[in-house]
Amino acid sequence: MSSLWSDLWGQRARFAVPVFLLLLWEFLARIGYLPPALLPAPSRVFMTWGDWIFGFDESAQDISGRWLGDALASSTRVFAGYSLAGVLGVTLGVSIGWWRWVEKTIEPTLQMLRPIPPVSWIPLAIIWFGIANKPAIFLVFLGSFFPILMNTIHGVKTVNRDLLRAAAMAGANEAQLLRFVVLPAAMPSIFAGLRIGVGTAWMLTVTAEMVAVKSGLGYSLWDSYYFLRYDLVIASMISIGLLGFLTDLLIKSIMNRLLRWQHAGTVQGSRA
Amino acid sequence: MSFIELNHIVKVFKDPQRGTDMLAIDNIDLSVEKKELVCLLGPSGCGKSTLLNMIAGFEKPTSGEVKVDGKLITGPGADRGMVFQQPNLMPWLPVWDNVAFALKLKGLSKKDRQAAAQPFIEAVKLNGFENHLPGELSGGMAQRVGIARALLQNPAVVLMDEPFAALDAQTKLDMQEELVTIWQRYSSTIVFVTHSVDEALILGTQVVVMTHRPGKIRETIAIDLDRPRDITSTGFNDIKRHVLDLIRQESVLAKQDA
Repeated sequence: MSSLWSDLWGQRARFAVPVFLLLLWEFLARIGYLPPALLPAPSRVFMTWGDWIFGFDESAQDISGRWLGDALASSTRVFAGYSLAGVLGVTLGVSIGWWRWVEKTIEPTLQMLRPIPPVSWIPLAIIWFGIANKPAIFLVFLGSFFPILMNTIHGVKTVNRDLLRAAAMAGANEAQLLRFVVLPAAMPSIFAGLRIGVGTAWMLTVTAEMVAVKSGLGYSLWDSYYFLRYDLVIASMISIGLLGFLTDLLIKSIMNRLLRWQHAGTVQGSRA
Repeated sequence: MSFIELNHIVKVFKDPQRGTDMLAIDNIDLSVEKKELVCLLGPSGCGKSTLLNMIAGFEKPTSGEVKVDGKLITGPGADRGMVFQQPNLMPWLPVWDNVAFALKLKGLSKKDRQAAAQPFIEAVKLNGFENHLPGELSGGMAQRVGIARALLQNPAVVLMDEPFAALDAQTKLDMQEELVTIWQRYSSTIVFVTHSVDEALILGTQVVVMTHRPGKIRETIAIDLDRPRDITSTGFNDIKRHVLDLIRQESVLAKQDA
């Protein structure tokens, strides 16, 4: 325990600014300089958040003790839309990057759809899928699909031709080239796309939940706004940020495991 | 019939943008017997790599045919091994997995591939580095992996495209010496492309000196000096003087043509 404290003390420069801001915020709220209706004190936010999670004093009213359910609902939507985007983005990206005729046939259409903000699909998503999980999943898919697709295409197009020659010499057919050379070689780019995509995925779940869904963290946020519960609004914001951070951490750790070879060794060897 | 045969090879590179054709190789006949170590020697642009790429199957002759062991070459394949100028190893695979890459494509189990790779890893003296990644190896070690990979595919036919050109002088000498040992041990037939006169004379049983573009064979020189070859001996220097003279004549002709 004492080593934890000394660790924290060693890192004090990192914490100085956020701790100071929190204390200032708390102080200004307590002396009444910040009206609680506009910006509730941090202690209040954390107490309400605690009740939302554990349900001990009903200060979060309707949603007291229901945080886990909300977080799970949002996470499920992110997971569903993001997985779909990952599978489709990588498959299509590899096809577009590898086969000239696929690129010619479908890339222009995709590039035309790409600049349309995913949010502007909300009206159509609601009439197509109704008010439930599906419009949110659709939006998450749209938002994370394009970064994954674009990065996969880039990764496939920049595969070292000499590696393909070496594999062809070892007797690889086209399917084997894709599986044993192109896909692993494009992995660093694919992961760059996956990491950008997961950020947009959370952004769009929350947006969809504000408009088209009746559960989840985004819904709680918007609902609390109607009841002027800014402590819950802030607690929702922190929750979303935290979950987004954790999912990125998860993807990063998978990436570091799979791409360990990228960090292997010397400058000389990096050309090999 | 020879082991490797190139019959009436002509290669024309088409340049669709300029609409001009460039004759790169002008009617070359070359036969390589089993267990020979043939060095193709010539200035850059003489078509020596193109010739090797035809034996590998990466390039098709405009006319003429390439046969290895009586079989017409139509594309790259694991019945020949090739060592490239760069090691061209899969950076995500450990040494043993790179060496046995051809067996991965055949769907062999990890255990079988490791067992098959081991003797070749030992042949290129990389014991203890089986599980290293290419990024952790020096240039010379990476090129050894490349050689082991080619040997595993087929030690009988090894094609080498300036494999030691990027190595430092000392490593180059060591590798040349080891290549001779490996060639003798596996009774390989090797076609070795180089632009270094010394390298060709240290390694080759035959040195094929090529002309400037369009590539033809200027002269084929059989070398029966004792091994290991002494690069300061009179015999070595006599041949070297002759080869350098051929190359000088070619470069004068090239300037006249230009």
